[in-house]
Amino acid sequence: MQVPAPIEYERATSVEHAIGLLTRLGDEARLIAGGHSLLPMMKLRLANPEYLIDINDLHGQLSYIDIGATRVRIGAMTRHRELLESVALAEVCPIFRDAERVIADPPVRNRGTLGGALCQADPSEDLSSVCTTLDASCVIRGRDGERVVSMDDFHRGPYETAVRHDEMLIEVRIPMRPHGSSAYAKVDRRAGDWAVAAAGAALWLDEHGTIADARVGLAAVGPNTTGIPAISEALRGRAPGEDAWTEAAAIAEAACRPVTDSRGSADYKRHLAGELTRRTLRTAWERVVAWR
Amino acid sequence: MTTVDRGPVGHGRMLRKEDRRFVRGRGKFLDDIALPGMLHLAVLRSPVAHARIVSVDTLAAEAHPKVKAVVTGAMLEERGLAWMPTLSGDRQAVLATDKVRFQGQEVAFVVAEDRYSARDALELIDVEYDVLPPVVDARRALDPDAPLIRDDVAGKADNHCFDWETGDAAATAAVFDRAEVVVRQEMVFPRVHPAPLETCGAVADYDRVEEKLVLWATTQAPHAHRTLYSMFAGIPEHRIRVISPDIGGGFGNKVPIYPGYVCAIVGSMLTGRPVKWTEDRTENLIASGFARDYVMQGEIAATRDGRILALRSHVLADHGAFNGTAAPRKFPGGFFGVFTGSYDIEAAYCSMTAVHTNKAPGGVAYACSFRIAEAVYLVERMVDLLADELGVDPVELRLRNFIRSDQFPYTSRTGWVYDSGDYATTMQEALRIAGYDELRAEQAARREHAGDGQSLMGIGVSFFTEAVGAGPRKDMDMLGLGMADGCELRVHPTGSAVLRISVQTQGQGHETTFAQLVAEELGIHPENVDVVHGDTDNTPYGLGTYGSRSTPVSGAAAVIASRRVREKARLIAAGMLEVAPEDLEWTKDSSGGRFDVRGVPDSGVTIEQVAMRAHGAGDLPEGVEGGLDAQVSYNPDSLTYPYGAYICVVDIDPGTAVVKVRRFIAVDDCGTRINEMIVEGQIHGGLTDGVGMALMQFIGYDEHGNCLGGSLMDYLIPTAKEVPDWETGMTVTPSPHHPIGAKGVGESATVGSPPAVVNAVIDALAPYGVRHADMPLTPSRVWEAMQGRATPPQ
Repeated sequence: MQVPAPIEYERATSVEHAIGLLTRLGDEARLIAGGHSLLPMMKLRLANPEYLIDINDLHGQLSYIDIGATRVRIGAMTRHRELLESVALAEVCPIFRDAERVIADPPVRNRGTLGGALCQADPSEDLSSVCTTLDASCVIRGRDGERVVSMDDFHRGPYETAVRHDEMLIEVRIPMRPHGSSAYAKVDRRAGDWAVAAAGAALWLDEHGTIADARVGLAAVGPNTTGIPAISEALRGRAPGEDAWTEAAAIAEAACRPVTDSRGSADYKRHLAGELTRRTLRTAWERVVAWR
Repeated sequence: MTTVDRGPVGHGRMLRKEDRRFVRGRGKFLDDIALPGMLHLAVLRSPVAHARIVSVDTLAAEAHPKVKAVVTGAMLEERGLAWMPTLSGDRQAVLATDKVRFQGQEVAFVVAEDRYSARDALELIDVEYDVLPPVVDARRALDPDAPLIRDDVAGKADNHCFDWETGDAAATAAVFDRAEVVVRQEMVFPRVHPAPLETCGAVADYDRVEEKLVLWATTQAPHAHRTLYSMFAGIPEHRIRVISPDIGGGFGNKVPIYPGYVCAIVGSMLTGRPVKWTEDRTENLIASGFARDYVMQGEIAATRDGRILALRSHVLADHGAFNGTAAPRKFPGGFFGVFTGSYDIEAAYCSMTAVHTNKAPGGVAYACSFRIAEAVYLVERMVDLLADELGVDPVELRLRNFIRSDQFPYTSRTGWVYDSGDYATTMQEALRIAGYDELRAEQAARREHAGDGQSLMGIGVSFFTEAVGAGPRKDMDMLGLGMADGCELRVHPTGSAVLRISVQTQGQGHETTFAQLVAEELGIHPENVDVVHGDTDNTPYGLGTYGSRSTPVSGAAAVIASRRVREKARLIAAGMLEVAPEDLEWTKDSSGGRFDVRGVPDSGVTIEQVAMRAHGAGDLPEGVEGGLDAQVSYNPDSLTYPYGAYICVVDIDPGTAVVKVRRFIAVDDCGTRINEMIVEGQIHGGLTDGVGMALMQFIGYDEHGNCLGGSLMDYLIPTAKEVPDWETGMTVTPSPHHPIGAKGVGESATVGSPPAVVNAVIDALAPYGVRHADMPLTPSRVWEAMQGRATPPQ
């Protein structure tokens, strides 16, 4: 049995309480939501926080999927399983269901949360890529109120985010535009494994069926999951089809920065970045057409 | 409860008796054991692969309020316990004294009041290492400038471990010289790990007054361990009791004695209290017995029309820092000598060089039947490569070269005497279940439409023959201990029985299978036969369960013991019925077993009635002692040779190179089947192992000797999502020398399936000109093969 080092444990009763505890206890305190990233790291003693602040009692308050005409709001404590099972979310953002189907396994999905996944900021993590693809922004609350940052600003690097030690991610906001859809694809070595490479794509058409905008977010092929503006630029105003997807794939291959590790060679991951970009753009477009 | 629910009186399908406790969570595993006053032990392990130990400072750890003892290699050295013998006659450090030789090696241990404190105290031990360059790649281990790993062995100047050869080099060379076709291929069977769900552990309880040690340990061989502890630690053997409780998977990982067991014993002796040690997952993966790690050069010679003439191989074997492999003493390369497989050939030769590297010790584990997994992989890949070279269907090539059923018993070119077989029939049965011709037609159609989003379809075949049931004492021993196994059968007055066996179940279902063996012979319902195992004070001596040897060896002992009891029962029944023993007829049906006067149905007595008489007050025939017991130690005449035909169908996504196993057909012939359900369960597990090894499992190391497979996030084991619904079939060709014709089967599927999966993947990649790619065939390696540049695993 792997056992963590000694810790102090507190349960937060409200967001304000959690932020107050974080402020008082300093940067040796960590929030714990689902715990499926933090606890294994603590058991391996790769993470040794002095204090754990359990925010699972805030689930009722911070778990929601609110779908509006111009934006979707998702509470940070919304669990993977709730994202996976939301029919309403799958209708407007099918990329979530695509991704959740291949994230970890049911026990992890039962506990793990959207906010926890984003704050862990693992370069191979799927929901960061999903949120990047959807041009999401993150609502961060501290003692002095809230601030909203884009996904590009949220991610500072591997395992680093814009959330300061006395702040808490409370909500993710996704802008909604008409005539769009999205998709996610991942290659892993085994069910439940981290991605060897993964790609998300979102696509919007104008009234003529031309691409109004497109976004691609990659996972596991670089230190960050920032979007690829060059793909958006290349596809805007283009006719959808294999030529467009192939050009986007080439841009994705050129833009990513994979490294060779036990999940695969850098060359292979670069190939996948292109292949999965092509596939997800194609699927997203097919979904828009089917939906119209 | 109906008769059907209760299962047969004898062989046949029935639910496993032990599952009543397992499915209710009532199994008692090592970590469930809690003794009054028990302390907890944690092991400090080396973070580096190769380093000289400059100093070990334990003062801070000793000052921890809950720590009872901190022990270093130097302290063990004072007591002569710093080194222990391995099962291969090498020695292994219990705790490192001079150097650490692999990442994860044991350096010190702490005994504390609880598991958390013991682990916390490890952080307080300060070890200064003088880091040395490691030897990671076995191919470089014998380079003149390679760092010397085993400077603890006097006079040792290199990293050579042993050389071994088998077969006739000159005769084989002569055949190769005149052969029309020769195909060569280097292939790697990478290092893998059995990764049992339950890690290793021990609870040691040394009684200073009685001077007796009781050791609960996760061991597949409790009796052999007892003897080795006695020889090593100097405790008289009758003052050691080894208890192997329920075991959560062994697969060979729990055959060796690990330093942690010895540490627990020392910890209990030092503190006078029971001490528990259980590995965590990382410790199990990085430091306990691995498997495989062979680099094999294969050569196959044939005629142009597809007659296989000869096989030759050279193996470079990585045995890690200490030779901790578990194999019979005269077989340092295990049973790799059966690498001629299922084929009747003219000549064969294998040479092997084993080396030390700065990696964990081990070598024989993971259900390999003493290295037959490696041998089968070599020959079944070589036959496929030859088929490709000749442009012949791989099934056709195998059928042309099989040992024919009329050639058994067949002595192979490397001296193995195959007991029985009818290979062509088994192969045909697999082809029938698979619909082989239709599969090939589908493949041809898909290839014609390549590029239209069609998957790359591959069909792979392997035909394996194993040699299991070690073994005859004239040929086989472990550290001088003969590989016999025993059992003791006692029939109680009311007709129920207890069978005590020397082998140790780890999930194989012994409590059911062995009860059925007795039931078949004595007509006592399996529910009424209790099977006791895993306690050296309460079972007869034997070498344990590994190498698929329980049924061939201890199973034979159980049958013979039952038959002896039956013959005694016949004498007693004859006395009861006042007839001559030879006038009695033994019958067994669903109501049990009975002796009747020949030709007079229902005239006789049941086995229960005989049992009561045996223990009862009435007279017994002259010369017959009371009781109804027997004890047997079985020395097998020979090994048994189970075999099987496996067909795997894969689909590869040409865009992502992801391999999906679509179908897997396994037709096994393990002779007589005692409980088909248990046999099928073993095969299902082994096939899953094979898919895992072929596609994902791999214990890799970086250039510094850091183990890259130290968690189940890094060392991948297949899930239900990666395996198909298994399609199993069977043929039955009994072993002529086993009392019921049974052969071992526990490892067959693990041994036989990897080449079927690999052959299928290579077959799928034929349009890309791929001849070979090494396991694990991860998407990345498959994609690189498609690009024409697959590299072996590092």
